[in-house]
Amino acid sequence: MAITADQPQVHLSEARGWRRTKNRIATAAMVLSFVLVIIPLGFVLYTTIAKGISIISWQFLTSPIPPQVLPADVGGIGPAVLGTIEITAMATLIAVPLGVLGAVYLNEYGGRGVLGRLIAFFSDVMTGVPSIVMGLFLFSIWVLHFGFSGFAGALALACLMLPIVIRSTDEMLKLVPNPLREGSYALGATKARVTMTVVLPAAISGIVSGALLAVARAAGETAPLLFTILTVTTANPNIFSGPNTAIPSQIFANATSPYPGAQARAWGAALTLIVIAFVLMVAARIVTARFTRYSR
Amino acid sequence: MEQPEQNIATGLQQPQPQAPPVAEPQAPPAPQPQVPPEPGGLVFDVDKVSCYYGSFRAVTDVSLSVHENEITAFIGPSGCGKTTVLRTLNRMNDLVPGARVEGDIRYRGASLYGKDVSPIAVRRRIGMVFQKPNPFPKSIYDNVAYGPRINGEHNKRKLDEIVERSLRQAALWDEVKDRLNKSGLGLSGGQAQRLCIARTLAVEPDVVLMDEPCSALDPIATGAIEDLMRDIKSRYTIVIVTHNMQQATRVSDRTAFYSVLRNEESDTRTGVLVEYGKTQQIFEDPVDDRTKAYVTGRMG
Repeated sequence: MAITADQPQVHLSEARGWRRTKNRIATAAMVLSFVLVIIPLGFVLYTTIAKGISIISWQFLTSPIPPQVLPADVGGIGPAVLGTIEITAMATLIAVPLGVLGAVYLNEYGGRGVLGRLIAFFSDVMTGVPSIVMGLFLFSIWVLHFGFSGFAGALALACLMLPIVIRSTDEMLKLVPNPLREGSYALGATKARVTMTVVLPAAISGIVSGALLAVARAAGETAPLLFTILTVTTANPNIFSGPNTAIPSQIFANATSPYPGAQARAWGAALTLIVIAFVLMVAARIVTARFTRYSR
Repeated sequence: MEQPEQNIATGLQQPQPQAPPVAEPQAPPAPQPQVPPEPGGLVFDVDKVSCYYGSFRAVTDVSLSVHENEITAFIGPSGCGKTTVLRTLNRMNDLVPGARVEGDIRYRGASLYGKDVSPIAVRRRIGMVFQKPNPFPKSIYDNVAYGPRINGEHNKRKLDEIVERSLRQAALWDEVKDRLNKSGLGLSGGQAQRLCIARTLAVEPDVVLMDEPCSALDPIATGAIEDLMRDIKSRYTIVIVTHNMQQATRVSDRTAFYSVLRNEESDTRTGVLVEYGKTQQIFEDPVDDRTKAYVTGRMG
C-alpha cells in the first residue's frame, strides 16, 4: 500500500551527535586498553622465545646443572625439571583434594553456619597472603624442625594453591542448578550421593580447569621455594629429605649471575616454564571439553 | 480409616492382615513391592496442615485425602500454596531452609513428619516430577538407571530391563532406544520431561507427585504426558499440581481447589484449601462461590 502524504515521517537512520560520539569514544577506549594489555605480554613472550629457543633441546632439559661459569652449550636444567615435577605434583596432591572438599563443605554442607563463613573468610584472606610469607611460614614451622626438602616446598606451594582451588571450585558448585539436586533428592538420594553423583560430575570440568590453573600458578612460584628447598644444583629424586631444586629457583639463581652461559640457561629455563604453563592451560581446555560431553 | 502403623524410617512394616511384609529398602532393594493395591485405599491423609517459611505462613489448615490409583489434582491461582502442599508430601520442603510444617500428614497410616522418619526413605517411595524438566547431565540410560543405582542395583542385565520398562512406561522408548548413550540434555522439552518421569518410575515408587509437569511444554507434548498419566495410574497414585483447569478435568479423579486468603489487619496472604471433591463435582457443581468463580474463569 502506498504511503500517504499526510502520514508522519519515521526516522530510522542512526542517531547523530553526542550519542554517536560517546559510542566512538568508548569503542576507542576499549581497543586502546586491549592493546595496552597485550603489549607487555607480547614483549615478554617475544623476548623469552627469542633468547631461550636456541638453547632448549632434549639434552638441555635432562642434563645436570653445570657450574655457572661454563658456557651456554654445556649442561642443562635436568635436576630443576625433576624437582619442579616432584614438588608441583606433591603440592597438587595436597591442595586439590583439600580444596575441593573444603568447597563442597562450604556449598553443600555447612556454608551458612559460623564455621562455613569463617572458612570462606580465611580462605579469602589466604589468597592475599604474599607468597614469600608462605615460604617464611613453612620455614618456621617445618624447615627449622625437619630441614630443607622438596616436601617443605610442596607444602608452601599447597598453601598458595589451596585458596585458589577453594575459590574456583566454590564458584563452579554455585553454578550447578538447584533443580538438579532436587531431582536427585526426589529419588531418595542422600546428601552424599547427591554431591558425589550429581553435583561434582556437573561441575567437574570447571573444577579441573580451576585446579590446573592453580597448578600452573604454583609451578611458577619462586619465593615460597627460597626458604624451603634451598635450591641446590644436584638432582634429588627423594622429595621427603634433603635440599632440592626447581625451575623458578634456577632461573632466579642463574639470572642474577654475571656469567653469560648461566644467563642463557636462565632464558632457556624461563621458556621451559612458560611452555609448561601453556601445556597445562591447553590440558585444562581439553579436559573441560571432554567432561562437558553430556552437558551441552 | 485406621491402618496399621508402618515404620518409614527402616522401611519395615508391621504385618498387615492383607499384605505380606515388604522387603527392607536399605539392603540392595530390588524395587520394593509396595503395599498391594487396595482399590480406593487411602494413601495420604492430610490433617489440618499449615506450612511456614520462616515466620511466613504459606498455607493454612489444609485437610484432604489422596486415594490409591487415582489422580488428584491441585488447582488454584498463583501463590495459593498448592506447590508447597505438594512438596510437603514427600518432604522436599525439608531442603528449603526455614520451612516448617504443622499438623499431621499420614502416609498409609504412618506419620510422615514423625520423629524417626527418614526423608530419604520417604522419597524412595514418593517420587516427584518437577515443573521444569531437570534431566541430569548424563546419558539417557544413566538418567533412568540413576535411581535404581543409588538403591544398590548394579546388575547390568537388570538395569537394562528397568531402563527399557521405565522408558516404555513413559512412552519414550521408541524415540530414544537408538541413542540411550546420548546426553539427556539433548532431548526436546517434552521428551526431557518424559525422561524425568521415566527416571521417577524406575525406582517403582508408590506415589508420583507432579508439580506442573506440563507448564513448560507445548500442547502436543502435554497431550503425550496426559496419556501417559492415564496409562500408569493403574500402578501408581498420582498427585498433580496444575495451572491448567482443562488438564485437571481431563486427567484427574479428584480436585482440590486452593485460594489465597488476605488478612487485612496484618496485610499478609496465606493459601487455603477452599474445596475438595470429585473432579466432576468441583467443575460442574461447586459448593463454594470462590470455586465457582474460578472454574468458570471469572477469577484467576
